[in-house]
Amino acid sequence: MKIARTSFLIVVVLALAWMFFQLFMHYDSREGLNPVARYYAEQGPDETGAANLVTSVVVTYRGLDTLGEVTILFLTAAIIGILLRTERGSRLKPVRENSEFLTTASRILIPVIALFGVYIFLNGHLTPGGGFQGGAVLASSFILLLMAFTGRRMGHRILDFTESISGFSFVLIALLGVVLAAGFLDNSILPPGRFGTLFSAGAIPLIYSLIGLKVGAELSNIILELNQIQGRDDEPGS
Amino acid sequence: MIPILLIIILAIIMVVMALVAIHHKNLQVAVVASGIISLFASVIYVFLAAPDVAITEASIGSALTVGIFFYVLNKIRHEDSAN
Repeated sequence: MKIARTSFLIVVVLALAWMFFQLFMHYDSREGLNPVARYYAEQGPDETGAANLVTSVVVTYRGLDTLGEVTILFLTAAIIGILLRTERGSRLKPVRENSEFLTTASRILIPVIALFGVYIFLNGHLTPGGGFQGGAVLASSFILLLMAFTGRRMGHRILDFTESISGFSFVLIALLGVVLAAGFLDNSILPPGRFGTLFSAGAIPLIYSLIGLKVGAELSNIILELNQIQGRDDEPGS
Repeated sequence: MIPILLIIILAIIMVVMALVAIHHKNLQVAVVASGIISLFASVIYVFLAAPDVAITEASIGSALTVGIFFYVLNKIRHEDSAN
């Protein structure tokens, strides 16, 4: 029995090795871009007005995929919230004080990191980065906030409010594209502006800022849930 | 050809860190090692001219994931000591 299993595994591994060897031997790298990529690279700056080509693809050409990604992230945050939230209104026991170094450094660093996150998603159409990256940087500043000031209780309300308002506005702007412009998530509902400036590329900066706020609020919410369930277990008698 | 040499060195460190993350007894060391993998991967992405992906990898892979892992580890340790 054991010999049969081992020999079966060896045959599978050999078949995989043969497959990947064939793949490796017959692989020839493409010289140019494929037609779709060439269309994006040549027409993208003229059609969308975004200096960052990746952003013009993510927000405009493949905007529906981005909406799907945001929805998946929202579902993840909601499910984590449902699984971890057991009782409402339980108070956090003040844990032991953090070191002076951490709190003092956090006071200086948290605003800078948060500002950098906002910068990333506001300039998403000009420089590398965008809503998802900026939102993740915002959430990492939130981790530092929770770690440095442990005793303080944070409310869900502002995070929930930010998340729902930005998600709603995102879909609303996308639908405005159907009414005012060529279709769903068309960015030409706002004037294109001068190429390469902050207020350019139509609705792209607006959409990406909303995505950034939404992603940042969702990730922060996940971290807050994890932090609170840990705090609850610290309470005596629970 | 300094970038290629640097990329090879970074890749070797990443493989070593992956082995550390799998085999180390202490879970906290393993989490930090997996964070280092993401950090070096983001450096490689910059060299491969993908700054967008590099920012994502650096912020999510090496900051958020490590933070969430530490929260969960802390929670597991509390439950272990309670039982």
